[in-house]
Amino acid sequence: MNDSYGKIKRMKKKDIILVAVMLTAALSLALSVKMNRSEGESLRITVDGKEYGIYRLDEDQTIKINKTNTCRIRDGKAWMIQADCPDQVCIHHKPLDHTGGSIVCLPNRVFMTVINNQTDAPDTVAS
Amino acid sequence: MLRDRKNMNKKIKKITYLGLYTAAAILLGYVESLIPIFAAVPGMKLGLANLAIILVLYHFGPSEAFMVQIVRILSVGFLFGNLFSIAFSMAGGLLSLSVMILLKRGKAFGIVGISVAGGVTHNIGQIMMASMLIKNIQIMYYLPALIIAGVLTGILIGILCMEIRKRIY
Repeated sequence: MNDSYGKIKRMKKKDIILVAVMLTAALSLALSVKMNRSEGESLRITVDGKEYGIYRLDEDQTIKINKTNTCRIRDGKAWMIQADCPDQVCIHHKPLDHTGGSIVCLPNRVFMTVINNQTDAPDTVAS
Repeated sequence: MLRDRKNMNKKIKKITYLGLYTAAAILLGYVESLIPIFAAVPGMKLGLANLAIILVLYHFGPSEAFMVQIVRILSVGFLFGNLFSIAFSMAGGLLSLSVMILLKRGKAFGIVGISVAGGVTHNIGQIMMASMLIKNIQIMYYLPALIIAGVLTGILIGILCMEIRKRIY
């Protein structure tokens, strides 16, 4: 088994540049996401891209999302308490509050995000 | 006659090695599921399986790497996942492998750079597939975190690959 690529060198200079570029891109993206983050007092849940419902964050409630997921709103925070998928990523996600953010359950294609439905139409929030 | 047999032996050796690498890749994917690291964002993984894929890419070539990758994804998908998880893995795995092959052909980057690019594009492929499947573009919020995770795991995998190659070839 011959190797036409010769000896393996240590990290090349260009590797370090690549890493730096990637990290800068990620940081600037993170910054722009943070600036665009929509604050709001409502939680919008979509399933499979279709709207499932909008719920106020200041009303404590438990929402069953079809048969697959359950979401709880309490003290202005919203989080997923049950999902029937094996990975349970959405359960461990930190709760959402009025400062925005979103929780996704990929296997069931459930998406919940904080919106401000008093001033904006849902469409303008996405930006 | 003798040459035929030599060729045959070479072929058998290659097939055996590819089989071993595929098995290693599948196993590494399992080992990784035992390590409870940051699963803060869907799709975040250590990418240990990429170790085997990169070694195959360097040792045999692009088409062999593709073969191992596809066999790995299908086996793992049908054993432990479903069609969804296969779609995710395919999007991430094939995109990252294509990028790694292109970068390797360019010869500008070392194994760490290629591994980093592979890690990052794997995550990008997965999140693109995810946003397509749940028909929601906002999931791209996760992109920065996924890029950083891809860089970190890519560096780790790249260094591991380098050390392995130093020792076993």
